[in-house]
Amino acid sequence: MNRFLFGIFPYLCLAVFVVGHVWRYRYDKFGWTTRSSQLYEDRLLRIGSPLFHFGMLGVVGGHILGLLIPQKWTDAIGLSREAYHVLALVGGIPAGVAAVVGLAILVYRRRTTGPVFSATTTNDKVMYLVLGAVILLGIWNTIAGSLLSFGGHYNYRDGVSPWFRSIFEMRPDVDLMAAAPLGFKVHAVLAFLLFAMWPFTRLVHVFSAPIGYLNRPYIVYRSRDKQAAGGSRAPQRGWDKPELSSAPTKGKS
Amino acid sequence: MRVMAQMAMVMNLDKCIGCHTCSVTCKQAWTNRTGMEYVWFNNVETRPGLGYPRRYEDQEEWQGGWVRKPNGRLTLRAGGRVKKLLNIFSNPKMPSIDDYYEPWTYDYETLLNAPRQQQFPVARPMSLISGKPMNVTWSANWDDDLGGATQYGPKDVMLKGIEDKVKFEFEQTFMFYLPRICEHCLNPSCAASCPSGAIYKRAEDGIVLVDQEKCRGWRMCISGCPYKKIYFNHKTGKAEKCTFCYPRIEVGIPTVCSETCVGRLRYIGLMLYDADAVLDAASVENEHDLYAAQRGVFLDPEDPQVRRAAEQAGIPGDWIEAARRSPVKRLILDYQVALPLHPEYRTMPMVWYIPPLSPVVDVIKDTGHDAEDQANLFAAIDTLRIPVEYLANLFTAGDVAPVNGVLKKLAAMRSFMRDINLGRDPNEEIAEAVGMTAESMYEMFRLLAIAKYADRYVIPTAHVEQAHALEELATDCPVSEYGGGQSAAFGEGSGTGGLTPVAVENLRVLKEAQTADSLDDLPVENPLRGRLNLLNWDGKGMPDGIFPGDKTGTPK
Repeated sequence: MNRFLFGIFPYLCLAVFVVGHVWRYRYDKFGWTTRSSQLYEDRLLRIGSPLFHFGMLGVVGGHILGLLIPQKWTDAIGLSREAYHVLALVGGIPAGVAAVVGLAILVYRRRTTGPVFSATTTNDKVMYLVLGAVILLGIWNTIAGSLLSFGGHYNYRDGVSPWFRSIFEMRPDVDLMAAAPLGFKVHAVLAFLLFAMWPFTRLVHVFSAPIGYLNRPYIVYRSRDKQAAGGSRAPQRGWDKPELSSAPTKGKS
Repeated sequence: MRVMAQMAMVMNLDKCIGCHTCSVTCKQAWTNRTGMEYVWFNNVETRPGLGYPRRYEDQEEWQGGWVRKPNGRLTLRAGGRVKKLLNIFSNPKMPSIDDYYEPWTYDYETLLNAPRQQQFPVARPMSLISGKPMNVTWSANWDDDLGGATQYGPKDVMLKGIEDKVKFEFEQTFMFYLPRICEHCLNPSCAASCPSGAIYKRAEDGIVLVDQEKCRGWRMCISGCPYKKIYFNHKTGKAEKCTFCYPRIEVGIPTVCSETCVGRLRYIGLMLYDADAVLDAASVENEHDLYAAQRGVFLDPEDPQVRRAAEQAGIPGDWIEAARRSPVKRLILDYQVALPLHPEYRTMPMVWYIPPLSPVVDVIKDTGHDAEDQANLFAAIDTLRIPVEYLANLFTAGDVAPVNGVLKKLAAMRSFMRDINLGRDPNEEIAEAVGMTAESMYEMFRLLAIAKYADRYVIPTAHVEQAHALEELATDCPVSEYGGGQSAAFGEGSGTGGLTPVAVENLRVLKEAQTADSLDDLPVENPLRGRLNLLNWDGKGMPDGIFPGDKTGTPK
């Protein structure tokens, strides 16, 4: 079981992640969007969305530090384990709390604002569930494992991190994960599940982060599209056709 | 000098009767889709009035367009690139659906399915956003014809400085209509606001378009455009805007809004301009100089040097010819009667307006004086500060001098032509009083009042050397059918990329049919040849061609 979950499953998920994105980008550029619902509701989004997104940026940054940078390197520059630990908590807890509070506001908004809720697909709901579970487990692991030391202190930089790096070295060290507390195990498995779902959800907008905006000229000039001019291509799906009668047929009661 | 061509429009506001035909036909053609119910690429506003979306002109509030920094450089009013990116997770200045209006339809089914009852069943308004019954409290033209003007009128942003003078009692209020489309600016702040770089200006004809495959729905363009002419499709999550009907323009026929305008008040033509001069012109210090500065950016296609530079820049010969005959150029540069809408936004808009003289004429008429006498009109223009200042707030950043000049030209034309129509000798002095010649005044009259189709629209066709791509030849592989086999797996609007293309050949057929004297004169290959024009059929008998021919081509 451990062998599958921590030795095979990550590769399956990463493969789906990579191939899925290539496929989605090639076949569904039109659907590649943030699917913003700001037009429907503004007040809660103004608070929740920046909280969640900036919190998540902090969380992702923290994971890069914690997972990718080996303990040896921080030891080498003279950063003691206790100091690193304090640093990680000082940075990680606010970011995590911001993300959770933001997510809570956004989910509340999504559920209570009629138009936003009706624009939420099943796909979205499943993704939010997994994303929420991953985030909450992550917070729990931090609190239980590091802060309160339930069931003994666990240093993930001796366990989870080397395992994570070992995946990319193509020889996954399953034993490291097998010894980790349950919270970390579930967190890792769900996180990889999220990676597998990623290309098929609205999460793809993460890869559209418009960094290029910072150094492109303000006005973009482009020639008429020589390939796609006029009626050249076979018709493909894009904008929706008019929907004149279907919307209000319910709600007569 | 970097010569570029720009497809531009001028609207003659004196002739607008506010019938909204342009809006309706545009909506039928372009925004008759889910997610776009509240969107009007073309809308007609009654002025004074709030506009659509409400009070969009209040840039203190909406932060659209550009501002000039103290060092003389332009920056987006809503902040530069870094600030834009920091605000990307929720746009602080985006209008909500309530600022436009909540779109609705009616529950017509009740009318058919209601059980037998004492009261007649009613089709209730149902929100197209939430799907629930709603109360209709606002729309794209709720204050049409000054409806509710006592309540809404004073909130008009353009009344700044003259609030106390405009009276909203019906007999004392001036009123005119302002049809608006995207301005297809030379310095578009929407494009500059787009983090993804999805909004671009076409190098050939200057039409500003949104690449639907590059748009990621960051919504910065919506607040960046001071005219609020970029809209968010709430189903696909992408920005959409007026396309200047580019598929029609490319084959040489006017936009839908122009074609269907019953007042024939729209003019379409090319302007040549110096792309290198745009930024400097948009950055002049005094807002009042922006109108003149933008005129200075345009190049005169009669100038041989300009023509040579245009050729070197790759502008085809027939386009340069079209620029010489352009009605838009005549109105903007030669007669100087067209003015830009809100030059103070510094976007260098390219849909210009001839301000209406009718508020002035109406006032003189009401006082019992001769409203076609140029002395009366001139005096009225000078004394009637309210309409003139209001127009100046719209068209010249508040500078009344250019508006005065235009109105006097229109007034002069009015009395000049009266002499001719009454069989008197034309009075050259009237033309000279406004700096024109009798000949140019007469030509301006022909263009503005007679307004022949061929004079209003001088549209060169796009140069497409790839005929295959345009003609929708049957040599394309017909395997993938409409729908592409992909469903909207990732939410509304997703699917195998690509947009539904516009059938260019249909537009060609249409153009031939519209410009021919009779459908019998059409070329043989035109499927409309020999068909009956139902609009002038008197209903008697069954004329030839009332039914289309069968497959063999013989009319029934």
